[in-house]
Amino acid sequence: MNINATLIGQAVAFFIFVLFCMKFVWPPVITALRERQKKIADGLDAANRAARDLELAHEKVAQQLREAKTQAAEIIEQAKKRATQIVDEARDQARTEADRVKAQAQAEIEQELNSVKDALRAQVGALAVGGAEKILGASIDQNAHAELVNKLAAEI
Amino acid sequence: MAEQTASGYIQHHLQNLTYGQHPVNGWSFAHTAQEAKEMGFWAFHVDTLGWSLVLGLIFIFLFRMAAKRATSGQPGGLQNFVEVLIEFVDGSVKDTFHGRNALIAPLALTIFVWIFLMNLMDLVPVDFLPVLAAKITGNEHLFFRVVPTTDPNATLGLALSVFALIVFYSIKVKGIGGFLGELTLHPFSSKNIAVQILLIPVNFLLEFVTLIAKPISLALRLFGNMYAGELIFILIAVMFGSGLFLLSTLGVALNWAWAVFHILIITLQAFIFMMLTIVYLSMAHEDNH
Repeated sequence: MNINATLIGQAVAFFIFVLFCMKFVWPPVITALRERQKKIADGLDAANRAARDLELAHEKVAQQLREAKTQAAEIIEQAKKRATQIVDEARDQARTEADRVKAQAQAEIEQELNSVKDALRAQVGALAVGGAEKILGASIDQNAHAELVNKLAAEI
Repeated sequence: MAEQTASGYIQHHLQNLTYGQHPVNGWSFAHTAQEAKEMGFWAFHVDTLGWSLVLGLIFIFLFRMAAKRATSGQPGGLQNFVEVLIEFVDGSVKDTFHGRNALIAPLALTIFVWIFLMNLMDLVPVDFLPVLAAKITGNEHLFFRVVPTTDPNATLGLALSVFALIVFYSIKVKGIGGFLGELTLHPFSSKNIAVQILLIPVNFLLEFVTLIAKPISLALRLFGNMYAGELIFILIAVMFGSGLFLLSTLGVALNWAWAVFHILIITLQAFIFMMLTIVYLSMAHEDNH
């Protein structure tokens, strides 16, 4: 337990160890530590950013969904309107067509009636002339009384 | 062991393996405590130096290996272990030392791990390595102490190195004048120049004791704790040597209990030495007077 040169040896060894530690041990490890800290911090940042992006995307999706719904509603509304319009138009057209057909039919009927009346009148005229001939017993000059007969027929 | 007395056994365990120049035998290993004493200052405790170098090299190689493979990616087991220690030391240094000095943190790490390893040798059963060394060398009476920190030379060597750093950084930061001023113009000062000059010796006496107390207390605290711890291990070992069954059994239990308690002491002492070194160097860097 004497104090002797051991302490000098110990001090020298100590300085060498400290210098070695300072040059070759401390810097690489502490650099790695700092780098990892930075990496972790960056990773956390990225995660936060991603979470925020996700939230934004969710919001966007919701908004788009809302827009789409409104649009769909609009389109349906328009379609309904259009359908009503088409039905109305069709109804109008049908009615016009029906009127036209009816009018045509009436005209045809009238025409038919007129021609039948004419024929009837001619026949009645002929019958009247025939009857008159028979009554008078004499022949009536067809030509002389044609005017009279025709007038009679027209009156019928 | 049977032919040895208890006090002889204890004394044998407290004697270092000394190599030096003996007035009669020349350069040789000391065979007795008396011879070791006669060698004077220029002698070396080969066991202390050897073990502290081996342990220091273990520290250096272990940490260098981890440092070489250090990645910022996923750390391996060794790197994890080293990083925990470095983080711990770095935190302690940052809490206490506010200057910018690249030396302080590696210095603190070296002190902590090296002293811890040297203290750890205390947990090796007291007779194990000395008997092994005696068998290898064939010398039954070989002195061999395996705990470097129970040698005041080792602790004083560390403490004086720290002291040299304290003085170096005091002068570097404050200049020679600042350093001397700190030693002589405090704690008593006066506006009157004559009174101030009279106060200088008083101040110097107080401040010099404060300064000198730092390395002395550092060295003696570590040495005292480890020496006392080792002595108790030796005393417990004497109980084994008694040959009585009851005493030996008690010795085993005591040895275990003391070893468990000693784990706390060796860590704490390494930590205290490191912390105080940081604090002292931090004070050396502060220019607040």
